[in-house]
Amino acid sequence: MKPSPVTYHAPATVAEAVGLLAEHGDDAKVLGGGQSLLPLMNLRLAAPARLVDVTRIDGLGAIERRDGAFELGAAVRQAQAEDDAALAAACPLLAAALPHIAHREIRNAGTVCGSLAHGDAAAELPAVALALDAELVVHGPRGVRTVAADGFFRSFLETALEPDELLAVVRLPVAPPGSGAAFHELARRAGDFAIAGVGAQLTMRDGTVTEARVACIGVGAAPVRARAAEQALAGGRADERTIAQAARAAAAELEPSEDLHASAAFRRHAAETLMRRALHEAAARAESNGREAS
Amino acid sequence: MSELIGRSVPRVEDERLLRGEGAYVDDLHPSGCSEAAFLRSPQAHARIVSIDVEEARSAPGVIAVLTGADLAGELEPMVFQIARVVPETVRASTGAVSRVHPMPAIPADRATYVGQPLAVVVAESRYLAEDALELIELELEPLPAVVDPEAALEPGAPLVEPEWEDNLALEYRYRRGDVDAAFEQAAVVVEEVFHSHRHVASPIETRGVVATVDPLDGTLAVSASTQTPHQLRDFLAGALRRAPETLRVRAPDVGGGFGPKGAIYPEDLVIPYLATRVGRPVKWIEDRSEHFAATTHGREQVHRIALAADADGRILAVRDSIVHNCGAYHTLGLVVPYNTLTHLIGPYDVPAVDVRLRAAITNTGVVAPYRGAGRPEAVFAMERAVTRLARAVGIDAAELRARNLIAPEAMPYATGMIYRDGTEQVYDSGDYPKLLARARALVEEEPWAERAAGRRVGVGYAAYVEGTGVGPFESAALTVLGGGRVRVATGASSQGQSHRTTLAQIAADALGVPFERIEVVGGDTAAIAAGFGTIASRSLVVAGNAVAKAAAELRAAVLDAAGSLLGAPPESLTLADGTIRPLDGDGPELPLADLAGALSPFNPRRPAGAPTELHAKAIFNPGPVTYAAGVHAAVVAVDPATGAVEILRYAVSHDCGRPVNPAIAEGQVLGGVMQGIGGALYEELVYDPDGQLRTGSFMDYLLPTAGEMPEIRLVHVDCPTPLNPLGVKGLGEGGAIGPPAAIANAVEDALADLGVVVRACPLTPDRVRALIRAGGGDGGATAGAGATEVAA
Repeated sequence: MKPSPVTYHAPATVAEAVGLLAEHGDDAKVLGGGQSLLPLMNLRLAAPARLVDVTRIDGLGAIERRDGAFELGAAVRQAQAEDDAALAAACPLLAAALPHIAHREIRNAGTVCGSLAHGDAAAELPAVALALDAELVVHGPRGVRTVAADGFFRSFLETALEPDELLAVVRLPVAPPGSGAAFHELARRAGDFAIAGVGAQLTMRDGTVTEARVACIGVGAAPVRARAAEQALAGGRADERTIAQAARAAAAELEPSEDLHASAAFRRHAAETLMRRALHEAAARAESNGREAS
Repeated sequence: MSELIGRSVPRVEDERLLRGEGAYVDDLHPSGCSEAAFLRSPQAHARIVSIDVEEARSAPGVIAVLTGADLAGELEPMVFQIARVVPETVRASTGAVSRVHPMPAIPADRATYVGQPLAVVVAESRYLAEDALELIELELEPLPAVVDPEAALEPGAPLVEPEWEDNLALEYRYRRGDVDAAFEQAAVVVEEVFHSHRHVASPIETRGVVATVDPLDGTLAVSASTQTPHQLRDFLAGALRRAPETLRVRAPDVGGGFGPKGAIYPEDLVIPYLATRVGRPVKWIEDRSEHFAATTHGREQVHRIALAADADGRILAVRDSIVHNCGAYHTLGLVVPYNTLTHLIGPYDVPAVDVRLRAAITNTGVVAPYRGAGRPEAVFAMERAVTRLARAVGIDAAELRARNLIAPEAMPYATGMIYRDGTEQVYDSGDYPKLLARARALVEEEPWAERAAGRRVGVGYAAYVEGTGVGPFESAALTVLGGGRVRVATGASSQGQSHRTTLAQIAADALGVPFERIEVVGGDTAAIAAGFGTIASRSLVVAGNAVAKAAAELRAAVLDAAGSLLGAPPESLTLADGTIRPLDGDGPELPLADLAGALSPFNPRRPAGAPTELHAKAIFNPGPVTYAAGVHAAVVAVDPATGAVEILRYAVSHDCGRPVNPAIAEGQVLGGVMQGIGGALYEELVYDPDGQLRTGSFMDYLLPTAGEMPEIRLVHVDCPTPLNPLGVKGLGEGGAIGPPAAIANAVEDALADLGVVVRACPLTPDRVRALIRAGGGDGGATAGAGATEVAA
């Protein structure tokens, strides 16, 4: 359980990092908090010849509000995001999701962008980015491009990132007033990757759902946006019957796979149950936040 | 003169360990040490066609690369003598037959389980050794593998050991009373199949060995993370064809054992051999991936059990047909499978019993004792069956147990069986009804529905007995050191059992020397030549009484020597608080330190004929085992929609005889309960049908953590044993015996009206949902919009 020989780089700028990635291509891997990559290297399931540590790059460690969105750089740790009260108020779904990521010790090291770039289908942050229509700012030898979260997460640990590209910043839109969110997971133990999980952010006005954002984890090769549920909810009341219908419609579209911890059928059932619970809780919070706002 | 026994003296071990000053095998850095890594079989059963190590041999930093072919003739194959042992009385009462086969340290021709070592690289570092492993070209020809023990016993199953005509390693059948008549006359019969699944012990410290040849005298010094250093020394002496006196084996600080470190492994032989071969110290530290595949596993039995009872729920007969999985090598004979027999009936008075067991070898990792060692398997089957019986009879499960428990007036109670050591099985002491009553009181006092918040609540019980303190012996040697300190050396080594505290308490009381002046040394063959080791809930009983016995002899020697110095008859003197005084208080006092000084060869005025050293040693042979016992009770909340199980409270009432240190006893029980909870809800080692290990890391093999620890309440019901002078019983394993049965019973109780029958653990959310569906109910279809099991 020792990694193969590897050269460690700690570039000081994005340009320098991108230069290293361009030079070494498939031989190089971006190192964030290392909470997924390093175990894979210790098991020799990954053997990059070079690590490009992006957590020491100036300017990537900040959380900033700009143009109706919060921008989180590649060096922002999950715990740092968790402790940011302004971010939590503006992005309630992110705030609801963060405590589910492993344990605080791991969030102290793990980065927000690192989790997105790793793209594990059972991880929380990809689902948050997907549900919120986040924008991912990607730097590479061919310049800077902005990628929509919808389309970024492609399959098992596969994203739209090229090997020579760096996810430098994620841009999370601020929730409208009257929004509430909840993240519900079923895991074998607290902190484990979810058997299934659902994040929901609802915006309500006068008892009506004006915007519904729902995504599921652990139920496919990538995080799944629950469009059927969103459509069932939008423009109506978040009552027991509507929520049950929304969850049923979304679950019917899921194609989960089976592993040691759960069968495919159970994952679908769990996702539906969790979605009902998450939607009820998000609706209650949205109504409460709406009352406070008015 | 008991001042310390019975008091919760703080552990003397803690300060060192908490400061990070412990010295585990990997903390030992002999000068010039090299490191080894093993190439392990990726297949469960395969012929070794070729192993090309040429490229690896010339890789950077590589010192040596050896295969099984290189070792043939150098290292004797491992023969586990204990697997041969069937006492004549056991054979007469059960017809037990045990077959053994040797295990090559590294096979040259055939691999028989995933993870079996096939080659070893010695290099300047573990990193370089692992780099070189990747350069070895291994060609294997797959052979049919058998994984399931019942399938292994079918005619025509692939043979794990080609020298045998089938895979049957051990069998026995025990019968007493008229079982057939009991089942015919019974008002109620329950019959069910229960599985105990495979575990891996997962101590926080994995195995490890470091070996050094002393350049002065050629002594081969081995430090290993083992529970049994003396047995390892003797095994090594045989394998390396050396005199035991030329070997020194130490168990340094050991971070948990739980049974698997009581076994002897290929690496334990190969690493010391390599040290003699490469002329440098060699270290191997097992990594966690290796631990899952190559350290012995625990459990894995299938029970087809039936209970016959009268209309009042009085058990008339038990019939059980058991299949036990040995893994690829049959190394331990009766140890685990026969424990299952002698603990199956437990605390109950049952007139007729028929138990048949067959143990199969399979292409899986070796199964050996793991905390409980055959007892949790027995208790899971029996206590699940007893709970099924209560439902069939229509009475409360605790009440049914109460009707069947052996009465305290019946003690000592002969079960009619022969124990594994060949003696008659006799429960020496215990109050089982009181144990049950105390456990009930701990869980029946609260309105659980309020805490369950809309989920279903269930209560489950498990009662058990545990034979503890098995022989053959343990040793103790006590020596008065300068300054009046006393060193206690024993063959029992510690993996966290607090011997330095509890054995010092025993020695301090028996000697009359302050606790602070006692130092305990365990696990070093140079400190004491004879020893057995810490396994099987035995050390407090066997080593504790050996220490007490040696301490009494040392005290007599001290008073003798003091008498000759003071010119007083020894019987007129006493030793208390480290000072010799006249019993009548009239005369001079002599501190032990001064006595030791007066006896020193440097003292020109030392009395003629007096000993130069104050020393005593003793061997304690325990005789028949003594029976600890307990009743566990679990209260669970089950979310029928998700299948999630939460333990609201876990209660233990426990009899460990006379507790030497109650806080340490409670720690042992709590740790055992947590391991039992692991097996009930989280842990399961899984092979696929081809024998590939599917749970190769802690991502998939889930241990309970602090976050999963429920509220645990514990009461002692102390019934000191008459079988040993200290009155103590063992308690290392008891905590782990009850939880799978108690929690399964509680989950079934919570879901009883849905037709749920729990046949196996761990009770994962998926499995609980599957049980609900199989039962025909579906509590999840409508339940639970308001319940939040893990709300953000």
